[in-house]
Amino acid sequence: MNIASKSPILTTDADGFAGPRGPKPRRMLSRRNIIVYGTLLVVAVYYLLPLYVMIVTSLKGMPEIRLGNIFSPPLEITFEPWIKAWSSACTGLNCDGLSRGFWNSVRITVPSVILSIAIASVNGYALANWRFKGSELFFTILIVGAFIPYQVMLYPIVIILREIGLYGSLAGLVIVHSIFGMPILTLLFRNYFTSMPEELFKAARVDGAGFWGIYLRIMLPMSLPIFVVAVIIQITGIWNDFLFGVVYTRPETYPMTVQLNNIVNSVQGVKEYNVNMAATLITGLVPLIVYFVSGKLFVRGIAAGAVKG
Amino acid sequence: MSESQTRPPNRLLRNLNAKIASIPMILTAVVVFAGGTVWTVLHSFTNSKLLPRLNFVGIDQYTRLWATPRWLVSIENLLIYGVLSLVFSLVIGFVLAALLDQKIRFENTFRTILLYPYALSFIVTGLVWQWLLNPELGIQGVVRNLGWTSFSFDPLYDSSIVIYGILIAALWQGTGLVMCLMLAGLRGIDEDIWKAARVDGIPMWKTYLFIVIPMMRPVFVTTLVIIASGIVRVYDLVVAQTSGGPGIASEVPAKYVYDYMFFAQNLGQGFAASTMMLLSVVIVIVPWAYLEFGRRRRA
Amino acid sequence: MRAERAINASVSVRDLSLNFGAVQVLKALNLNIAEGEFVVLLGPSGCGKSTLLNCIAGLLDITDGRIFIKGRNVTWEEPKDRGIGMVFQSYALYPQMSVEKNLSFGLRVAGLPKDEIAQRIARAAEILQIEPLLQRKPAALSGGQRQRVAIGRALVRDVDVFLFDEPLSNLDAKLRSELRVEIKLLHRRLQNTMIYVTHDQIEAMTLADRIAVMRGGVIQQFDAPQAIYNRPVNRFVAGFLGSPAMNFLEGKIEKSGPELRFAADGLSVPLSTYAFADGAQTAPGAAALGIRPEHVSLNSGDGWPFSATASVDVVEPMGSDTLVWLKLAGQKFSVRMSSERAPQAGDQVTVGFDPMRASLFDAAGDRL
Repeated sequence: MNIASKSPILTTDADGFAGPRGPKPRRMLSRRNIIVYGTLLVVAVYYLLPLYVMIVTSLKGMPEIRLGNIFSPPLEITFEPWIKAWSSACTGLNCDGLSRGFWNSVRITVPSVILSIAIASVNGYALANWRFKGSELFFTILIVGAFIPYQVMLYPIVIILREIGLYGSLAGLVIVHSIFGMPILTLLFRNYFTSMPEELFKAARVDGAGFWGIYLRIMLPMSLPIFVVAVIIQITGIWNDFLFGVVYTRPETYPMTVQLNNIVNSVQGVKEYNVNMAATLITGLVPLIVYFVSGKLFVRGIAAGAVKG
Repeated sequence: MSESQTRPPNRLLRNLNAKIASIPMILTAVVVFAGGTVWTVLHSFTNSKLLPRLNFVGIDQYTRLWATPRWLVSIENLLIYGVLSLVFSLVIGFVLAALLDQKIRFENTFRTILLYPYALSFIVTGLVWQWLLNPELGIQGVVRNLGWTSFSFDPLYDSSIVIYGILIAALWQGTGLVMCLMLAGLRGIDEDIWKAARVDGIPMWKTYLFIVIPMMRPVFVTTLVIIASGIVRVYDLVVAQTSGGPGIASEVPAKYVYDYMFFAQNLGQGFAASTMMLLSVVIVIVPWAYLEFGRRRRA
Repeated sequence: MRAERAINASVSVRDLSLNFGAVQVLKALNLNIAEGEFVVLLGPSGCGKSTLLNCIAGLLDITDGRIFIKGRNVTWEEPKDRGIGMVFQSYALYPQMSVEKNLSFGLRVAGLPKDEIAQRIARAAEILQIEPLLQRKPAALSGGQRQRVAIGRALVRDVDVFLFDEPLSNLDAKLRSELRVEIKLLHRRLQNTMIYVTHDQIEAMTLADRIAVMRGGVIQQFDAPQAIYNRPVNRFVAGFLGSPAMNFLEGKIEKSGPELRFAADGLSVPLSTYAFADGAQTAPGAAALGIRPEHVSLNSGDGWPFSATASVDVVEPMGSDTLVWLKLAGQKFSVRMSSERAPQAGDQVTVGFDPMRASLFDAAGDRL
């Protein structure tokens, strides 16, 4: 056995060079690595734990839950809680499960996302490329308004919706979501369109395109990524909303979050934790799917969407 | 002379399409945001009960508000929750971002895990943590079953510490966001600064403390404003996790407003309380806006 | 023997390789830099020059090879222990600290006594003439002042070797030429070894004792500026240095009797004055003849070993000089001459040069 060959990095070469050679050897388990990866691993487990508990609880039967440990995997997997949560869990007198809330949320989210993005993108485009006297002032009010607690504007909006006859309807809630999504989305689109080369806009004007022509034929096709970011912000934001749902809709039109809270926190009857967790998981599923599918775009969205709070 | 020239087009009609496109924004800004705020503040000085009325009673609603134990508990909770969640989310968020910034493997996986709670609603977050903190079957029960029978951890059922139970859930949900903002800030630091510090022989922790963190001041300020404006609004989480209980121990101002407006049929109180919330936001925002604006003017 | 020479050098790089994943960024580089020498690493972006500098500084982990500074093997040492100071393109000043704090921070962390720190700062500030700026923050300094402070930060470290990573690239042209002169003066005063990375050939030519021209992670030629300019080892070096660029005529080498000639589309250039690398043993074959625009003359009699007639396409006055573009052997060809004697576009002119000043390259691009 040739011992020297075991540490070639410290040998002397044939031409007389000696000493350390190549990369500095680093141990896999250096103190730095243990601290960095150790901390991250512990934190990651802590962050994943609630999701894990939600899943295992929703797959257990009630007897097992009463006896067992919330962290232990189910001995016997049952989908009964999921079925019950979806189709027969009770809120007050209704016993048709979360499905009604789910479809309400879909009916609220889809038009809200489309309407709010349509308004905000055109508006952001106008602010970026077609400024008029006062446009910046209104925009400033809009952005400052984003920081006003919603509670301050809750009742005036009730009055406005009542006046136009939309209080309690899904259409009313769609308008509310479009209003409160406007500051962040307008900011997002305005900044994006401002960052596009101005020559492009000028060239199109010289070619004779007008306000809508430039928007539809030049700006829109070039800004697909920012639209995706906006869709992500809006889907998660609107789906997760509770306050507006509870204020501006009636029990038949409650969105999923409100219905979920009513199912879980209703005082009557025995608490069925497995059904509760299944319901919670189902409600969280839509934003989770959006999150895991969108990846980096979600991160980009929250940097902008964070302002929404 | 003027007849020979074409008349300038009507000023209102210039750029007409842009003005039409901005109508929703103008209505929202003027009617809802500005108008609604003025309306609410104005009506907070009235004795409106079931319906809003302009029957002015001076600061009566505010005197009553600050004499109501539930409001005082709400404010106390908001202060404890606010200060602690600011401090913890900034510190934890920064430390996590710094760890992720060490050119580690699986960075994306870790970031995905740390951020996913932020995608969930406060209702979902509140209900999961309500379950985890269930005294018989949750964490406390598990630890007691392991043999440590005197172990006690049931914040949601102990009115003296219930707000910390809510804080745990809020931090779980929101730290990922802070981490993400901080990570973006760290990535914005010039690579050469790190190299210069290494050539100068400055240890990593000192580089963070004396060079990088001071450089990230704007990121910290922005994050602070974002967290702070979220704190004032905290509502769903409390509703889902404790419904304000036990008793009134975990009440918060936003819930006070909602309950007085839509359940207690006491609009005046709701308006006064929401005006106080607005005031607290103004106290946070104005110095920040002043700093931002002031800095831009100096530059 | 070779090892000894390397160890006596100020900085010596031996068989240095660096891979980023599967990409070879530096390929078994060798470089010996003498004590007090000013060496410029020159090359287009992506050639590995900055990477090499970062490896010498210890800011990048190398894949293979050794690095010696002042005869000491520093391959595994931390940057701060290598006896180097470094100046960055973006200055990399600590923005929240005053100039004085910027200069002293590293020294304070290293635990140097206060009066020693004060002394070093005073000396650096005097050399760089930044005494009035010491209490200012970097944001309140101009680009040139910032770069001086950045140099000062390397200066106070009291090191043997200075590393400059494109230090003037962020400055405008006028400041750049001013600071260039100052860096040269600084080198004359301090007599330290300096390694300077740039893509600017004027900086390289004016500052360097020796230039290392790099391309694709390999040093193409390492020599004094004039040698590189006059006797480039390959077509890449020949084309990279010099502005306006060297003319290349594509053609072939022919043997007529004992004499070698370069032939291209009707031209025949006698090569009896050309110093072949192999002593005129070159075999006939495809080749390119390179000649710098200033080594060609127009209409100056027939004393030239080679001359030909051509018609002028374009005339570009550049102030003191004029660049005349014409076609020679059907190929684009430029001549640099004084403005007073410049012809007009369309004129018929006589082109003459001495093949002694030309460079011949074979089909692979290597110097013949």
